[in-house]
Amino acid sequence: MKKFNILKGIPASLPMINIDTDMIIPKQFLKTIKRTGLGKSLFFEMRYDENGKIIQKFILNKEPYNNSPILLTGKNFGCGSSREHAPWALLDFGIRCIISSGFADIFYNNCFKNGMLPIILDQEKIGELTEYSKRKENIEINLNEQEVLFGNKRIKFEIDSFKKKCLLNGLDDIALSLEKSEQISSFEDKIKKNKPWVN
Amino acid sequence: MPQTLYDKIWNEHIVHQQDSETTLLYVDRHLVHEVTSPQAFEGLRILKRRVRRPDLTLAVADHNVPTSDREVGIADEESKIQVDTLEKNCKEFGIEFFDMKDKRQGIVHIIGPEQGFTQPGTIIVCGDSHTATHGAFGSLAFGIGTSEVEHVLATQTLIQKKSKNFKVNVTGSLPTGVTSKDVILQTIGKIGTAGGTGMVIEYMGSVIENLNVEQRMTICNMSIEAGARAGIIAPDQKTFQYLKDKPMSPKGKNWVRAEEYWSKLKSDTDAKFDKEVEIKGDEISPMVTWGTSPQDVVSITGVVPDPEKEKDIDKKASMSRSLAYMGLKPNTKIEDIKVDRIFIGSCTNGRIGDLREAAKIVNGKTVAQHVNAMIVPGSGLVKQQAEQEGIDKIFIKAGFDWREPGCSMCLAMNADKLDPKERCASTSNRNFEGRQGRGGRTHLVSPSMAAAAAVKGHLTDVRKFKN
Repeated sequence: MKKFNILKGIPASLPMINIDTDMIIPKQFLKTIKRTGLGKSLFFEMRYDENGKIIQKFILNKEPYNNSPILLTGKNFGCGSSREHAPWALLDFGIRCIISSGFADIFYNNCFKNGMLPIILDQEKIGELTEYSKRKENIEINLNEQEVLFGNKRIKFEIDSFKKKCLLNGLDDIALSLEKSEQISSFEDKIKKNKPWVN
Repeated sequence: MPQTLYDKIWNEHIVHQQDSETTLLYVDRHLVHEVTSPQAFEGLRILKRRVRRPDLTLAVADHNVPTSDREVGIADEESKIQVDTLEKNCKEFGIEFFDMKDKRQGIVHIIGPEQGFTQPGTIIVCGDSHTATHGAFGSLAFGIGTSEVEHVLATQTLIQKKSKNFKVNVTGSLPTGVTSKDVILQTIGKIGTAGGTGMVIEYMGSVIENLNVEQRMTICNMSIEAGARAGIIAPDQKTFQYLKDKPMSPKGKNWVRAEEYWSKLKSDTDAKFDKEVEIKGDEISPMVTWGTSPQDVVSITGVVPDPEKEKDIDKKASMSRSLAYMGLKPNTKIEDIKVDRIFIGSCTNGRIGDLREAAKIVNGKTVAQHVNAMIVPGSGLVKQQAEQEGIDKIFIKAGFDWREPGCSMCLAMNADKLDPKERCASTSNRNFEGRQGRGGRTHLVSPSMAAAAAVKGHLTDVRKFKN
């Protein structure tokens, strides 16, 4: 997994609430058996009209936001299905950090598995960042310091320590869990004894 | 310290406490389908990892399968590749797989309980958000992403953070014509689509106790639509009766031990919940969604809401967008909304009880002329049971299309989808923009409400149907 430490870029603002995973990546693109190549279909129905033509006024179709690595968005982002295709599509498009006042649980977890950072800030701070995004100037995300820097301001954010460690070091959490094989085996022995119908 | 059912199941599955917030949890049962698994198997192959417990894993293709003649195979090339890939992966890693021609094939959340793979007190996961369905058996069941699928395949564990406890107490009793689908729609309407974020909902109260196991599944199924990690209901005699003699249920001495263990699975009477909501069963009426979020609910006797009356600007913008998408004007009577399509099926409402409920309404009547109505049983076994009972004949005679099992038009990954602007009364779980086909307009309802709408050609109050 790619490490995440400092990310700089112009943020794009998509201030809708309850953006669901069907909006992020519609089902016709879930037929892939790969993780890559979904970026062009990100927000498909908002980005392209029924004839497949680019909708110019959509934020991610506009310069310079079509290269934004940071997305500012409304609350409850990523609600709906568990499809990891949603973070894959964002990542493939080039977005590595999403800032919202709230995320759906599964989407939130899925981001970390792909070297992406979802940041939760209160609505007022997102408002400030949204205003700032109109300047088309870089902002900086510093994971180690847990800070968003823009202009001469800085905003702190929270993240749990294990997720932070995995992102900073690009750790493969499956490898970490495989190191616990013996503990898993003894756990299984215990279930076999106490609940033989389960294991 | 008193514990909730969720606390108890969680504590019984801790393999290792990594730090105060991070727990390595054991997974008892893993369901796999074709859409969210290929990249996980590919990950295992690249790093030469094996599946730790293929015997605790069960796979089926459901999202992509056609619901028309199975003998001709899958016409769509990409869908075919995905389904074939699952079959190949299962062979390579030694996982049991129900193929498209197997009677036991069906929607993953319908076949788990049907086979007795789903059991109380277990942790069940699947790369699908509607995994919460299995919580109706008193199991902790939740959806995971593909990276987590890979993690479970490789280690039979998951790294998780504990959720909070949320109690939804459904009191009183349900009026005639009101179903468990209406209970969950009402609940989501009340707590909102993010109301359960970071929480596990335990449903309890007299209404829940009086529901049968299938009806409880409908409620737990849509917990994710309230943002919850999982939904759970304490198991009881009905649960045990349902599981008795299922192919993968415990047998003989193990059954006796299991039942004894299961009987103790409930929240302590003085357990503390972080959030509590009461839903009064007697006050629920048949519900319909008017917008593009499952929280956009209204009684069948109501009207389309007016965004002008909403004070919150974000909500107002969202309502206006929804109404434009849905092609609805504020203050329109819900009963005056005409429908073009009917979809009865899905992991929410594709079980035999749902089909019986719909058949009761349809019996002896005819689908309105302008309506295209389809029934997609949740599994091959549900279909078989319905055919044994002659339910299929009732539907076919009324003008319904009787199809093969799968997810079908709940998410429209196969050929079953709405055309732009087509309006559908659907028993599925999501009314998101484009969910049932680009530009398609979905109204979520119960099976009996969908059946009534099919006959009338517009949304209608099922309580007016007397048999």
